[in-house]
This record gives sequence, structure tokens and C-alpha cells, in this order.
Amino acid sequence: MFGLLVRWTVSLHSYSGAGNPPKFGDYEAQRHWMEITVNLPAQDWKLLMRFTVLSSDLLIFFPSVLYFIHAYYDVHSRGRKADVAWHILLILINPCLVLIDHGHFQYNCISLGLALAAVAAILSQRDLLACVLFCLSLNHKQMSTYFAPAFFSHLLGKCLRRKHPLLEISKLGLVVLGTFAMVWWPYLHSRDAALQVLSRLAPFERGIYEDYVANFWCTSSVLIKWKRLFPTQSLRLFSMVATILACLPSMIQQILAPSSKGFLYGLLNSSLSFYLFSFQVHEKSILLPLLPATLLAMEWPRPFKLLTHYALFSMFPLVCRDNLILPYIALYALCIFLYHPPGGRWDDSKRQGSTPLSLVSVLLTLAYLGSLVLHIVYLTVRPPERYPFLFEALIMLLSFSHFVLFAFHTNTKQWMLSGHLIGSDKGKKQH
Amino acid sequence: MASRQSMLQNHPEICRHLLWFFGVAACVKLLLIPSYHSTDFEVHRHWLALTRSLPLSQWYSDETSPWTLDYPPFFAYFEYFLSFFARLVDPQIVDVHQGLNYEADTVVYFQRISVIVSDLCLVYGIYRLTRKLEAKKRVAMWILVIWSPALVIVDHMHFQYNGFLLGLLMLSISYLQDGRDVMGGFLFAVLLCFKHLFAVAGPVYFVYLLRHYCRGGLLKGLGRLAAMGTVVVAVFAAAFGPFFYHGQIQQVISRMFPFGRGLCHAYWAPNFWVFYIILDKGLAFLLKKFGIDIPTPAASFTGGLVGDSSPFAVLPQVTPLSTLIMVLLALSPCLVKIWKNPHPGSVARWISYAYTCGFLFGWHVHEKASLHFVIPLAIVAVQSLEDAQHYFLLSIATCYSLFPLLYEAQEYPIKVVLLLLHSMLMWFGFSAKFSKVKPPTISDNKKTRKKGSSSSSSRSGEEGEFVIGWGGKCYIIGIVIVETWGQLLHPYFLGDKLPFAPLLLISIYCGVEVVYSWVWQLKRIMAD
Repeated sequence: MFGLLVRWTVSLHSYSGAGNPPKFGDYEAQRHWMEITVNLPAQDWKLLMRFTVLSSDLLIFFPSVLYFIHAYYDVHSRGRKADVAWHILLILINPCLVLIDHGHFQYNCISLGLALAAVAAILSQRDLLACVLFCLSLNHKQMSTYFAPAFFSHLLGKCLRRKHPLLEISKLGLVVLGTFAMVWWPYLHSRDAALQVLSRLAPFERGIYEDYVANFWCTSSVLIKWKRLFPTQSLRLFSMVATILACLPSMIQQILAPSSKGFLYGLLNSSLSFYLFSFQVHEKSILLPLLPATLLAMEWPRPFKLLTHYALFSMFPLVCRDNLILPYIALYALCIFLYHPPGGRWDDSKRQGSTPLSLVSVLLTLAYLGSLVLHIVYLTVRPPERYPFLFEALIMLLSFSHFVLFAFHTNTKQWMLSGHLIGSDKGKKQH
Repeated sequence: MASRQSMLQNHPEICRHLLWFFGVAACVKLLLIPSYHSTDFEVHRHWLALTRSLPLSQWYSDETSPWTLDYPPFFAYFEYFLSFFARLVDPQIVDVHQGLNYEADTVVYFQRISVIVSDLCLVYGIYRLTRKLEAKKRVAMWILVIWSPALVIVDHMHFQYNGFLLGLLMLSISYLQDGRDVMGGFLFAVLLCFKHLFAVAGPVYFVYLLRHYCRGGLLKGLGRLAAMGTVVVAVFAAAFGPFFYHGQIQQVISRMFPFGRGLCHAYWAPNFWVFYIILDKGLAFLLKKFGIDIPTPAASFTGGLVGDSSPFAVLPQVTPLSTLIMVLLALSPCLVKIWKNPHPGSVARWISYAYTCGFLFGWHVHEKASLHFVIPLAIVAVQSLEDAQHYFLLSIATCYSLFPLLYEAQEYPIKVVLLLLHSMLMWFGFSAKFSKVKPPTISDNKKTRKKGSSSSSSRSGEEGEFVIGWGGKCYIIGIVIVETWGQLLHPYFLGDKLPFAPLLLISIYCGVEVVYSWVWQLKRIMAD
């Protein structure tokens, strides 16, 4: 049962897409953007929209995955056919992506696909192509800036190692500018038009957080009421500083010692730090750290499973709002089945030897069980009157704590890669 | 599929493996819960209400809904059992009047999940059949049955309970294969009391059990015959007894065998009668051209028997009795074979053949009945290369013939992808089993199934590459053409005219494969 299981995911996508009610918020937003161009009767819209997501997924995301797998396994040149197949499958049946794009309805697959293709291009040493692809991804959805520091630092690091660093940097710079110019061409005729586009892209008036996202500002707002203490301007500054500080270690590592694997970790770290500290983060943004995590899935299966679980968990309130609980359960169960195929060739617990029953793993298991319980509690029990969002807050708290742990874990891993550079106080133990 | 597992795998391992297959399929089926369901959904819901709310004596005479109970009593008891849970979930489901056409989420979830759970019966049947096979054959069979797209389309979308009925059939076959005839016969009797449509294989069972079980001299033979007879009668008594008691048996029989229906279903199942009808119409057309006056028939093929008038213009009329005779005629070579040499290994083959004959020549056959012979044939498909090649084409054709069941646009990608995916899985499963050296390389994986090496091996047995000959490839390409015509070219060129033409085309095209399969199966049985 080899790579043909890849096709399975095609069917999966169409199920969650075709069978579930759309969410009026995002759906209507997307539809409105399209209605400006095309007119159709109402009932055909649903079908058309689903088809467009599916086809864009097929056309952009799938080939990017194939390209990535090709590049990744060329570089690492190990891994049996079965591993390759499972890896493809895991990337494609990324439950969060499926749920959001085809259930909740968005077009993340395009920007993620382009970003993924950019990653693949870097892995196969085609830097200029990577630049173009990443710029396209950025221009499709500005959320791809989450990956920008990683790309930047990796490319910078590589350039500095070449014979004529300035030439390399300027080549890259020209390519970036060129791509931007091409895409923004219709809006470049006047400064006002360009500024309008920019202001729409970055709605700073909305505030530092919305709803209950598992990031730093939201979680700590339980204790420190940021919105009341500081004006938006200073909050903006805080978040920018915090984000940059958080992704600084990984950036430095890449500039000093660029490598393919390090780059992948860098992606994960920078997107995670953006998710944790940035301005106006949505729950859906967990997709962005999750993508590089799936790319690295074969390297660290157990933490990856946990990460997927908590990513899904942090999206659970959103899922409930959209009546997507059934696909949530089905996809989650499917993931569990796929992580434990008969024959156990993917679960490398045998390879690594049995891990000792340490305090950490006990705590992790307890937290995992707690999160499962919370799923049920959230659905059935009514929260007390004084704290109407108690359960959302609990979910957020659990998820956040795990994300922070992951951030530490992955940062240490990235530093461990460059063996000759010993991190000073980054000596946290691996799980 | 590298056979890492040794052939001496123990049973818990096999169970776990099988349950994994079931689990993955269940996830997919869960995702299909909101999809289209046909009137059969309301039928089963009504039966839940009927059996729950009304006393036994009224089950077969109630007229509240047009969907009257037309399955034998065991199925009614099954619905009664389910209705306990239905009432716990939502009492309105089982209300005979309030629940009519009830479409709320609760009833959809309940019924869909009940089908998924009842599929465990099929899983058990397959388990019993495959636990002694070698790993590759076993997994191939699991792919063929548990992940059968036809079963998913009919049971989990269109909505029926074929899964557990077929499970009973598989269990019965497995017992016969093990040589435990009484259990096999008992289970078949039970199956008949669930759905009498399975009675087509009755003659096969009868002859086989007579020859195989009731052996060993006159006295012992008669004794065994009596034993078997008692078992069967006991089963039927358990089913129909209460209705005899209430004096209802006439009503039950008339409900179970509604002869008011026509030769063909509204959508013509791909069987022999399609060709008969077309021949009739063709002849009528030709003869008219030559000036011979042929009166246009008043009756239609899908309506009931209208007095003496025949829906056929030229060819002789077809009655239910004549179809029965034709089925028996088609079965007779097989029965003779069984009489001469009743060995357990070919039981599955004979039973599938019986259902094929029933499908081809029966009265008012649904296209869903193709499941009855396709699933048991999977048992045989892994036995040899030729069987595998034959099965590959047959299952694609029969699954394709089910496409018109799901006519809404939103199910279109699902049914196409299911078929494509299953075809690929079949291809790889078979190729892994029937290959000379190693399984195909990964570069082949991503291409479609329309490939094959040049020489097709005609050796039977387990040697040789799994390839599809030229006929097969043409047939598959033909399916693509038929589908393209039906979906794209017909609306484009002809618009709304002749709306039944694409469906007719599908019927005919699949009918060709079914007829071919019938002939092939017969040849195989005779050559055994």
C-alpha cells in the first residue's frame, strides 16, 4: 500500500468539503470577493466554492508536496519506500488543513502550497526559484510572513558563505523586488492605491488578540489585562519586539550555520514564535507552524503526534462553532489509525528504545488525558455564569503551555544541529 | 507489500490488522454521514417505527406509509432490536405518524452509525474466511471486501443494510469451506429469513448439502438429511411461526413477493433483459422499415403486468415464471457439476455463479443486486491470476453501474474517487500477490491504472504478472468514454432531449461485462 494512498487523501478532502455546512463568516467573505467578478444563483455557489478549494488544493498543494518529498529524500537519501508513502500521507492528511480549508472554508492551501514549494526549492539548492515562490506565497496571504525570518536567515547564511556575498544578496534582492512588482503592478500606478492595499492587509485597529487563541498575549491576559493597561500603539511595539526576540535564536543559528535540516527547524521555530507573540493571531494560524512540523514528521514522530493533537485541540472551539465536530472526530481517528499502521513500521519506538518513565512523560500523559476530558466537557457541560468562557480559557491554557514547550524543544534541537556552537543557557533536556 | 509478517501469524495479530482496516473504512464512512440518502432511508426509519409502535400482528398489514414491510420476519426483528436504541436517541424516530419523513440530524446519525456497526458482521465473516490464508492473499481480500466502493456507495450513501447480510453469507460460506455443513446450512436459512432475495443460491445449497453432507449409505444419509431438514425448518418456524399463529401468513407472503412490478426496475439493471428489450425494439424498428405493421405495445417494461398485453413488440412476452425457468436453466450445468463432485473448495465459486444467474435473468432486478455476486467472488479472486484479472474488470464495471444511484453533483467526486482509489488498491494488491519478482517500483505508483506490460500471461495458477489484456484495457477506456458522454457531451450536444440515453448506455455497457463474466464463470466451473 504505497504512494497510492496519497490518492486517498483526495477522497478525504472531497468528503469533508462536500458534506458539511459552510461557515458564513469566511465563506461569505470569500464569496463576496468572487461575486464582485462573477454572478451565479445561490445554491450553485456552495458547490462551486467547494470545487474551487479542491481544485486549487490539487493544482498547487499536491504538486508542492511531491516536489518537497522529492527534494527531501534526495538530500537525506535514506528512508524506505514505505516511509516516503507515509510521509506524503501525513502531510496531505494534515487534519487542521483539511478541516479549515474544506470544512470551515478558506484558501490556505494556495499560500501554504507555494511556501512549501519554496521550501522544496531551497532544499534542492535553487535559491532564486525559492525566492520567487515565497514572494508569491506572501502576496497570496500575508500570513506567510510567519516563515519570512527563516527564509531570510537561511538565505543570508548561505550567501555569506559564498565567494561574493554582496552579489548573491543583491541577486536575491532583485528577484524579490521583481516578483513583488509583477504582482502589485495594477496598484503601483499611484502611491495612494498601494498604501490602501497595505492598510487593508494589516488591520491594526482590531486589537492585539481576538477570541481565545493559544498565544502569549491571550493566555497571559488572564493575569495581565493588556488591553486595559496599554494603548494599541505600545502593544504593537511589544508584540513586534517579543516576536523578534523569540525568533532571534533560530535566525542567528541559521545565519551562522545554514543547513537544510536546520532550515526546516528554523521554519518551525519562526512560525511558532510568530504564532505565540504576534499581533492579531487567529486560531487558524496554527496551520503555519504545523506545516513545517509535518515536513519534519519522520524525524520526531512522538512530539509530532502531540503537536498535532494540541493544534487540533486549540481549534476545537472553532470547530464546534462551525458544526464540524463529525469531520473533526473522523479525521482525528483517521490520523490515529495512520500513525499506527499494522506492522508498526512508522512508530519508531522500537528504534529509539523504550523511553524511561520520567516525570515529564507522566505529566504529558496526564495533560493529554485532561485535554480529552475537556473535549467532552466543552460539549456537554454549561460553563458557570461568572466565567462564560471558562472552558475556552482552559483549552487555550493547555494548548499554550504545550506550544511553549515545543518552542523550547525545537529551538534546542535546532541548536543541537550545529554541534560546534554550544548554546549557553539553552541546555533544556530533550523529552 | 513486503510481507514482513511471517505466515505463522497468530490470530490476535490478524484481528488487530483487520480491525485497523475496518477502522480506517469506518472513519471514511463517518465522513460520509451527511451525504445523499435515498428513499430507502425513510423505508428503514419507517420500519423502525412500525416494529416499535405496533404489535406483531400489524407489522405486515399496516398501511400508514407506502413503504410497507417487504422483507422476511428476521429483518423485522432486527429493526425491532434497533428501535430500542432509536427510542433512546430520539423518540420521534419511532413514532409511526410523527416520524414520517423525519430528517433531523438524530435519525441520520443513528441510522448511518447503525449501518457502520452492523458492518462488523461482515468483518467477522471475512475474518473467518481469511484467517488461514497467507498474508498477501488475506490483505488482498480485505481490500476487496472491506474497502469495496460498491458496498460504501450502496450501504453508506444510498442507504441499505447489505453489509451484515453479506456478512452472514460469508460466514455461511466459511463454514461450508471448513466442512461444517450444518452450520453453513443453518446460517443460510437464517440469511433467507432476513432477505429472501438470497434464495437464488438455494438450489446450489440444496444440491451441495445433499451430496456432500447426506452421504455415507442410505440410512446415515437419510438421517443426516432429516437433521439438516430439521434445522432449516426450525429456523423458518422461528421466523414465520408467530405469523402463522396470527393467521397472517398470506399477507406476509404477498408483501414479500410483490408481483405487480415490471420486468425491469426504473433504472435498468445491467442484465440480460436489457439486451432482450433492445433487440425487441431494434427488430420492431427494422420490420417497420420493411413495411410490416407492428403495433406499438401499450404496456411498459417498468410498469406492472397489464392483463395480457405484452410490452414487447416482436419477441415473446416474458413472465415471472419464464424468468425463473431461465435462471434454473442457467444454473443447471453448475448443479450437475456439484452433483458429480461436491468439494468444499469451490463453494464460493458456485454460490457467486448462482447469484450471477439470478442477476442476469431475474425478474425486476435492482442494480444493487450486483453486490450479491461481486462480494462472494472476491473469495475466489485471490486464488489465481485469471480470477484476479476477471475480478478486476468485473468489480469496476459493477461499481460503475451503481453511479446513477448517486445523481447529485456533490457526490460526483466522491464516487469517482472511490472507484479510482479502489481500482488502484486492487491493482497494487493483485500485483503484489501475482508478481514474478518484486512489487512494482514507486515510479509506477503515481501513474493511473491504464498501463500494463506488453505480454499478458495466460498461464493460470499463481505465476505470472498481473496485467490486463487488450480487451480489458479497451473496456476501461470505454468506461471513461461513456462517462464523458453522459456527463459532458450529451448535455452539450443534446441538451435536455433523451435524458435516459446516458443511463441506458451505462446499463448496456456494464451489461456486456456482466454477460461476459457469466460466460467466463460458467467456463471456469465446467473446467474445474
